[in-house]
Amino acid sequence: MLKTGGHIDYNTEVITVRHVSKSFGENHVLRGVDLKLHNGENLVVLGRSGTGKSVLIKLISGLLKPDSGTIEVLGEHVDELNEKELQQLRLKIGFSFQNSALYDSMTVRENLEFPLVRNKRHLSRAEINHEVEDVLDAVGLLNTINQMPSELSGGQRKRIGIARTLILRPEIMLYDEPTAGLDPITCIEINGLINEVQEKYKTSSIIITHDLACAKSVGDRIVMLLDGRFERQGSFDEIFDTDDERVKPFHDYNFIT
Amino acid sequence: MIKNIQRILIELANIHRFVMRFFREVFMPPYEFKEIVRQCYVVGWKSLPLISLTGFITGVVFTNQSRPSLAEFGATSWLPALISIAIIRALAPLVTALIASGKVGSQIGAELGSMKVTEQIDAMEVSGTNPFKFLVVSRVLATTISIPILSFYTAAVGLFGAFLSVNQNENTSFRVYFDQVFDAVTFLDVFSLVLKAVVFGFTIGIVGCYQGYHSSKGTEGVGKAANWAVVMSMFLVFVEEILIVQIIQAMRA
Repeated sequence: MLKTGGHIDYNTEVITVRHVSKSFGENHVLRGVDLKLHNGENLVVLGRSGTGKSVLIKLISGLLKPDSGTIEVLGEHVDELNEKELQQLRLKIGFSFQNSALYDSMTVRENLEFPLVRNKRHLSRAEINHEVEDVLDAVGLLNTINQMPSELSGGQRKRIGIARTLILRPEIMLYDEPTAGLDPITCIEINGLINEVQEKYKTSSIIITHDLACAKSVGDRIVMLLDGRFERQGSFDEIFDTDDERVKPFHDYNFIT
Repeated sequence: MIKNIQRILIELANIHRFVMRFFREVFMPPYEFKEIVRQCYVVGWKSLPLISLTGFITGVVFTNQSRPSLAEFGATSWLPALISIAIIRALAPLVTALIASGKVGSQIGAELGSMKVTEQIDAMEVSGTNPFKFLVVSRVLATTISIPILSFYTAAVGLFGAFLSVNQNENTSFRVYFDQVFDAVTFLDVFSLVLKAVVFGFTIGIVGCYQGYHSSKGTEGVGKAANWAVVMSMFLVFVEEILIVQIIQAMRA
């Protein structure tokens, strides 16, 4: 299913990354990258493992600090915010982790309630229950509400992870490898869910992946991270319309093998 | 060599920052009361069987080992006083802390370590909540509250174990035994038990949390965090024991 990208406002940037660099010791992961995410857009960041894709969204959410450059999210400079301001900004950002990062010692209900009861203290028990059931219904897993994370499949864990971020009604979604380690059918379901979230919750999203089927299915625009820089950007077809030897094998492996 | 010194200094600075953050956050709302109670249950209630056994054995063994020395001077009637002072002043808090270091310290280190490497702590952070308050403050408070209570319990069980031995060998009655026990104990002895237990409890909690919270390198890191939590807290408990004994001796004089 290809996307229509109907709600994108190309005049409004919700995330602006300028000349950001990040190194871990001698390993220079990002080398002065620039990136813009428009309001309502699904932006896919493609790249090989270890090229700094996940580092990029951790920088955007303030989990890591850049060595140089600036990151603006919803008009606020992430690196200039104090802890409390950063906490407030994070309420507007949903982060779906690669391994879902569900809290092992809590049930699905408690996982979803955890951010809600701590950030919306005015909510009554009935309202909390309604919110939890609403997002679980949105990801199609209402029946798992009392299960423990260890009882869920990989795809279910991904969905619950996404539901946990949606419960705070974020304006921006950051997906870290949403289809990694899943079977092809579940991948299609997760891709569909990402598009549904964009439509229903009017979110702008960055999707980190190396799965081209996922990129093609969910991306309004695609950027490709090569050697620490965004070398190519555009639609799916534009990205791979090249003789660049660093790009071609990527496409060939995904669609020929 | 210089790099090693640099690494140790950085580690000390990190520990200092971690401890200071605890004291800053422990007084700031919101408070995680429910989690503190849950952790007290995990630390306190679930340690009871092990503490009961070790406390009882400590009482019996200490009494049996002390008896021959006192018997040489025909002073076995001093056994209750000797036992009570030894258990209240030193054995109860020390045995409790060592058992808790092994059981609770490793559990906290492994639990937080595994949460760290599976990005659960990051997930709490990006969902606008404060993982430090939920995970660290609640656990450190739980150990700081539970270890003193457990120490009193260890003392009670140890004194009872000692009573059984004294009753068997010296035919001392329950009432006479405990009269002598309480006569020998001063307020400063009880104060020293409480002080030691609070300091030991805080140490076990903060060391376990620090190791877990800063673990890395996957499952290997989780094992290391649990291991170091036990080794460091046991080492620090002995160092603190020496320091507190000096302080109490100075107060006694």
